Amino acid sequence: MKPTRAPLALALAATITGAASAADFSPAILYDFGGKFDRSFNQSASDGVQRFTKATGIAVREFEIQNASQREQVLRQFSRRGASVIVAVGFTQASAVETVAKEFPDVKFAVIDAVVELPNVESINFREQESSYLCGMAAAMASKTGKVGFVGGMDIPLIRKFALGYRAGVAYVDPKAEVIENMTGTTPAAWTNPSLGAELAKSQFGRGADVVFHAAGATGIGVMQAAADDGLLSIGCDSNQDYLHPGSVLTSAVKRVDVAVETVFTDAKAGTWKSGSRVLGLAENGVDYSLDEFNRKLMTPEMERRLNQAKADIIAGRIVVPEYKSP
Amino acid sequence: MSAPGRLPRWADYGLLPLLNLCAALLISGLVIRLIGESPWAALKLMAAGAFGAQDSVGYTLFYATDFVFTGLAVAVAVHAGVFNIGGEGQAYIGGLGVGLVGLAFGSWSPWIVVPLGIAAACAFGAAWAFVPAWLQARRGSHIVITTIMFNFIASALMTYLLVNVLIKPGQQSPESREFGPGAVMPSVHQALGMIGIPFAPSPFNLASLLALAACLLVWVFIWRTRWGYALRVFGQNPQAALYAGISPQRTILVSMLISGGLAGCLGVNELMGSEHRILLDFPGGAGFVGIAVALMGRNHPAGILAASLLFGALYQGGSQLAFDMPHVNRDMVVLIQGLVILFCGALENIFRVPLAALLCRAGGSGRT
Repeated sequence: MKPTRAPLALALAATITGAASAADFSPAILYDFGGKFDRSFNQSASDGVQRFTKATGIAVREFEIQNASQREQVLRQFSRRGASVIVAVGFTQASAVETVAKEFPDVKFAVIDAVVELPNVESINFREQESSYLCGMAAAMASKTGKVGFVGGMDIPLIRKFALGYRAGVAYVDPKAEVIENMTGTTPAAWTNPSLGAELAKSQFGRGADVVFHAAGATGIGVMQAAADDGLLSIGCDSNQDYLHPGSVLTSAVKRVDVAVETVFTDAKAGTWKSGSRVLGLAENGVDYSLDEFNRKLMTPEMERRLNQAKADIIAGRIVVPEYKSP
Repeated sequence: MSAPGRLPRWADYGLLPLLNLCAALLISGLVIRLIGESPWAALKLMAAGAFGAQDSVGYTLFYATDFVFTGLAVAVAVHAGVFNIGGEGQAYIGGLGVGLVGLAFGSWSPWIVVPLGIAAACAFGAAWAFVPAWLQARRGSHIVITTIMFNFIASALMTYLLVNVLIKPGQQSPESREFGPGAVMPSVHQALGMIGIPFAPSPFNLASLLALAACLLVWVFIWRTRWGYALRVFGQNPQAALYAGISPQRTILVSMLISGGLAGCLGVNELMGSEHRILLDFPGGAGFVGIAVALMGRNHPAGILAASLLFGALYQGGSQLAFDMPHVNRDMVVLIQGLVILFCGALENIFRVPLAALLCRAGGSGRT
C-alpha cells in the first residue's frame, strides 16, 4: 500500500488509531553494547522506558545488541512486527537506522547520539561538552592537589567531546591544573570492564589526582569504586550516579537520555511526534550537573554559586564551550 | 575389538557430538526453567528463529560463513601444532584490507574489485599472522601469547584509523564512508532473484561460496599435498619432522600465513557482503568462536562446516530467543552458547568412555 497524502485519508487513519485501544500503540527500543543495566548511558534510556510504561501501562519491546549484524535485523523485526515508534540508543546505530527507516517509511524512528536525515527519523543529540565543562569546574574547585583525572571508555569522537569540555572547565577555574587522561580500551569490552576502570583510577590517584571524572559506561563503576575506596572524589556520567557512593561522588554529568526517550514515546502516542534533529544542552535541560542529598555535603555554597553562574553564562552564550569536531 | 574409549567413526563424528549437544541443551533448559520460562518453548523459538523463515536461514548461514573462515584458520594452524588465537585480530586487519580496496576502487567493475578485495583480505590477514609466526619460528616466543597480544594491537590500530583517518567527516560514529558499488559482494537474495527465485533479504552473500571453496582447498592442502603432509607430520611429532628434513620454521610460517589469510576472509563476508563500510569491531568475537568450531569439527573441513552451521544457528536462534522472550536477555544466550562449547569442547570425553563401553557390549553381543 502506498502512503497517501490525502487529508481525508489522514483524518480517517487518525480516527481509527484514536478509536483503537492503547494496546495498538507499540513502542520499541534497541539498546547499545553496554546493555540496559550499565548504570549509565543505556540505563538512563531504560529509566525513560520504565517511566513511560508506568505512566501509560504500555509495554515497550526491548533488545540489547550483541553483534553489529543484529542492528538492522532487530530494527527490521521491530518494524515488521508492527512497532509504531522505535528508539535506537547510541551513535553506532546510525547506519542501521538509515537503512531500515528507508524500508519502513510509516514507522517512526528516533536515534540518540547520531544524526540520520530522513522524514521519519528524529535525531536527538546532546551537548555533553556543556555538562562536562561544569564537572571540570567542580573537579578543579574540589581538588586539593591541583591534579584531576579523566577516564574515558574509548578514544572516539563522543568521548573526546566529554574530555574537551572537561579540560576547558578545569582550565576555567584553575589554568595551572593538570588533567590526567586515560582511555580504557579499544574493544567493546572497554565499556564493560569495571576492574580496568578501577586500575586506571588508582594509577591516576598514584600520580596525584584526587578527583576523577569517568565517561566509560559500566567501566566507570570501577572508577567510582576506586575513588570511594581511597577516600577521594569521583564524578559520574550520563545517569545521576551520586547515590552509588554517597560522600564520594562529587557530582554527575547528567545526560537526560531518559527524558528524551520518554518524550519520544509520549509524543508518538499523542500524535505530536515530529521528525528532524534536536540538540539538547544546558538550556534545554538535556544535560546538567547533579545536586541532590547524596552530594550536597561535598558542594560548598561557593562552588554551587560559581557552577550556577557558569551555567547561566553558557546558556547566555557568554562562555563558549569548545566542541570536538571529528576530522 | 577396539580398546575402551575408541569409537567407530560414525559414533565419534555423529553420535558423540549429538549427545554432547543434547546435554548442553538440557542444562540450558534447566536454567531457562529457573528464570521462569518454558524450556520447550525456548527451544522451539530458537529452532524457528534459526531455520523457520527464509531470512532466518539467511542470517544463520551468514554467521556460519564467518565461522567457517575462522574455524578453518584455527584448524590449519592446529594441524601444524600451532595454536592460533589471533583469528579475531587477523580477521579485523583482513577487513582493513577489504575496506581499503573498497574505498579506493569502489567505482571499478565488481569483476575486478571483488577478487582484489579477497586477495587484500588474505594478504592483510596473513601479514598480521606473520609477525607472531616469525617470532615463534625464530625466537621461540609463545604464539598463544603473541597472537592474543596482536588481537589487542589490531583493535587499537583499527580504532585509531577509524577515529582519525578513515572516519567519514562530520559524524560521531567511527565508520568509514560507504564503499562504491563495485566493492559489493552480491547477496544471495539478489543472485537468486536474478535467476527468478525469490528469497527474503538477509546479509547472506556469495562470500559463502568462497567459504565452501576454502573448505575444499584446505582439505586438498592438508590431506593431498606434500606441504600438508609436512604440516601434519610436524604437528604430530616435531622431532620426527626435523629428522625427516622438514624445516620447523618454514612449517610454522606457512601454516600461520594460511591461517591468517583464511581468518582475513571474514572481512569479505562482513564488509563486502554486508556492511559495505569499515566499522568498529565488525568481527564481533567470530575469531574466538572459530576455536570452538575447529574443536567441535575435529579440525576437518566437513566437521567445521557442520559446527559452523550449529554456531550460526545458535547465534541467529539465540538472537530470536532474546527478541521474543522478555526474560531471556543476551547474557542468557551467551550462557547457552557457552554451555554448548563447554560440553562439545572441554567436556567431550564424559560420554566417550560410557558410550564406547555400551557400543562394545552391544557389538559383542550382536556377534556371538
